[in-house]
Amino acid sequence: MITFTNSGLYCAAGDFYIDPWKPVTRAVITHAHSDHARFGSRYYLCEHATVPLLKIRLGQDINVQGISYYESIYFNGVKVSLHPAGHIIGSAQIRIEKDGEVWVVSGDYKLENDGLSAPFEPVKCHTFITESTFGLPIYRWAPQDQLFAGIGQWIDDNRQSAKASVLLAYSLGKAQRVMQHLQHKTEKFLVHGAIANTQEALVQSGWKLPPIEHITPETPKSAFPNSIIIAPPSADVSWMKKFSPYALGICSGWMTVRGNMRRQNADAGFALSDHADWPGLLSAVKATGAQKVYVTHGFSSVFARYLNEQGIPAEEVVTAYGEEENGNIVNN
Amino acid sequence: MQQFAKLVQVISNSTKTNEKLSALSEYFATAPARDKTWVLALFTGRRPKRTVNTTQLKNWCIQETGLPEWLFDESYHTVGDLGETIALLLPPPTDRKAAPLHYWMEQLLQLDKADETTKEKFIKSAWSSLDESERFVFNKLITGGFRIGVSQKMMVNALAKTWDIPPATLSHMIIGNWDPREATIEDLLHLHTTGADASRPYPFYLAYPLETPPEELGPPEEWQAEWKWDGIRGQIIKREGQLFVWSRGEELITEKFPEYQPLATALPDGVVLDGEILTYANNTPLPFQTLQTRIGRKTITRKQLQEAPVAFLAYDLLEWEAADIRDYPLSRRRALLEALVQQVHQPMLQLSPVISFTEWPQLTALREEARAHVSEGVMLKKLSAPYQVGRKRGDWWKWKIDPFTVDAVMLYAQKGHGRRSNLYTDYTFAVRDGDNLVPFAKAYSGLTDKEIAEVDSWIKRHSLEKFGPVRTVEPVQVFEIAFEGIAASNRHKSGIALRFPRIARWRKDKPVSEINTLDDLKRLLEMHKG
Repeated sequence: MITFTNSGLYCAAGDFYIDPWKPVTRAVITHAHSDHARFGSRYYLCEHATVPLLKIRLGQDINVQGISYYESIYFNGVKVSLHPAGHIIGSAQIRIEKDGEVWVVSGDYKLENDGLSAPFEPVKCHTFITESTFGLPIYRWAPQDQLFAGIGQWIDDNRQSAKASVLLAYSLGKAQRVMQHLQHKTEKFLVHGAIANTQEALVQSGWKLPPIEHITPETPKSAFPNSIIIAPPSADVSWMKKFSPYALGICSGWMTVRGNMRRQNADAGFALSDHADWPGLLSAVKATGAQKVYVTHGFSSVFARYLNEQGIPAEEVVTAYGEEENGNIVNN
Repeated sequence: MQQFAKLVQVISNSTKTNEKLSALSEYFATAPARDKTWVLALFTGRRPKRTVNTTQLKNWCIQETGLPEWLFDESYHTVGDLGETIALLLPPPTDRKAAPLHYWMEQLLQLDKADETTKEKFIKSAWSSLDESERFVFNKLITGGFRIGVSQKMMVNALAKTWDIPPATLSHMIIGNWDPREATIEDLLHLHTTGADASRPYPFYLAYPLETPPEELGPPEEWQAEWKWDGIRGQIIKREGQLFVWSRGEELITEKFPEYQPLATALPDGVVLDGEILTYANNTPLPFQTLQTRIGRKTITRKQLQEAPVAFLAYDLLEWEAADIRDYPLSRRRALLEALVQQVHQPMLQLSPVISFTEWPQLTALREEARAHVSEGVMLKKLSAPYQVGRKRGDWWKWKIDPFTVDAVMLYAQKGHGRRSNLYTDYTFAVRDGDNLVPFAKAYSGLTDKEIAEVDSWIKRHSLEKFGPVRTVEPVQVFEIAFEGIAASNRHKSGIALRFPRIARWRKDKPVSEINTLDDLKRLLEMHKG
């Protein structure tokens, strides 16, 4: 039902692509991160909440249709519906059905309810196409309450020495999640422009988010001591200079491994991820009841081999997904 | 253990010397006395004897987690650290227990004579009582090696601050032979005043590389020049009728070099020599590869003694007639040294000769001949300077000759360790031999973090085959490889072995068709045969 082409995952029966990485006519989008939602396609279809996010990332003039979770739409007799993936606001798994055969494309997902995105729900299918960003058993997330308690403690420690706490988190998804869970720590967050823009689009579509202030060259130096500053991983160290004294913390699943954290030259790392960890991937795959699994971006060969050994036929598929996350973590 | 795990975490995460220092000082001010001694021992490279090996750890972890071995290996290659991999894979602790660092250290040492079952039981129960960060340090204690960014200098400074003792004095107090099970830090500091350990060496004075023209050092007559030897820096100590040989890594290596034994009688008591341990025959040093056959061997065969005889090229005298003379100017120490070596008159004790020169351009020209002397370049030492402690700028400089370089293509890549975890940073390079590519060197260093990120991302997209942790890549990326020496080798497919190969730069401008050939390397080898 889906073939793996040079442009992306293609459903020939319905003549549409899912998260194509080259411009196509019809693109069904799992979520608004740039490795999944790319520029140049003629029509886009996504969950309602993703529409404004797609517009700020790909341009206001794109041709995009929003539908709700569980709502069905037909392309050439192929039934397409979106189901919560729990990754970020508006993120969806895409369910495709034709003649009783069901395929599900996971996009990116996590199992824990982050309090903002619609929580992940397993969808029964015959074939499941899953991500594997953290598909190694070393990745096992602590519950988010515990992680945020740790971040809160770190902020308190920084405040002991009148330092600002700079937290790096992806501008779409992680940043909102972090602010949501730390809102009791501050009256308002100071944020980088990329995060301010995302916030503006979300607030305009009716999301209630904690108060923020966009950091500009005019922001007085007196605003920084003891503050909580949220910036994307790409933010430059020279941009942070004016916050001194500050401590730098990174929120990313990659922070699980010490070496990874050390080479970022950060003061603290928090293994907070919007992707499924190893136990999460395994339980998600099992919950679909799928008889065949394709594994995309991440530790795909490892996860596919393990599934095969567990008696679930699985294959590795090469895609252009995951570049954003890997790129970010290395470049910043 | 919690306190120690916290210390390790703070130190390894911090990039700021001041933060590390204050974490150490705080630890020394508050930790249990016996823990402190262990921390000092561990962070100054005194590894306790290994009582459990890495294969055992791996197997027990596999049993505890039920993971297949290949998946354990994949995890290890990504994390790049065995102790950390195990800490991450194990299920959460079921039986938390708080015990101090010295408890765990002593328990581990007691396992020395225990049977496998006892060891297994102990390690598994330790794992189930420690949390992730404690398990990590626990595993590191077993596998040895805390490379977490604490230098000897930093340890010395932290201790100096806590006990209010000048750093130079303190670094001498903690050097040498002591057992953390027996000595407390207070003992070590006290020992110094009563003077006890006959084997104790002095901290080495280390040179910085010279990066400016020598003319900037001032008048040439104020300087002494020597060849820079490519051996093992060492100290020979004769006290109380006994001979001790120390390496710069503060390892007591007396037994490894039986050639030096005649010095036990020939040298007068109360003498400490600084110099180079070198393989040496017919009044010339042999290439470093010959010394390598002597390192790391527990027993030395007669054949090795014949093929790679060792001498000591002395260049400084630190103790004379049982008095510390490091404060004397070099000119005076040198005069005493020359007289001593002549008087002792033993073939294995040689003077590192002084290169005579009157003008800097003259020395610059002589330096070009360094390789002919089996040397790496020139050392410059100020004649009026005392013998200092540690790496200090100003009085001693190393002025190395430029390395050899060849252009080569990347053939294989493997993920790195430590802060290079999950990044492809360890590369194998090849030169051309007709239509074939012949691997000839591995290199890990020389690229910036930014270049590493770029190369890593390229490798992840362009690997052809996977053999365990090794990826074969398209042979298109050309790098300039620098190295210090070249020797024939029958252990390598290329027939050559390089000394200290590293990446000089990434030649994005060069196509593979223009890389060097195996014949080029063979010519180089021919030209520089010892």
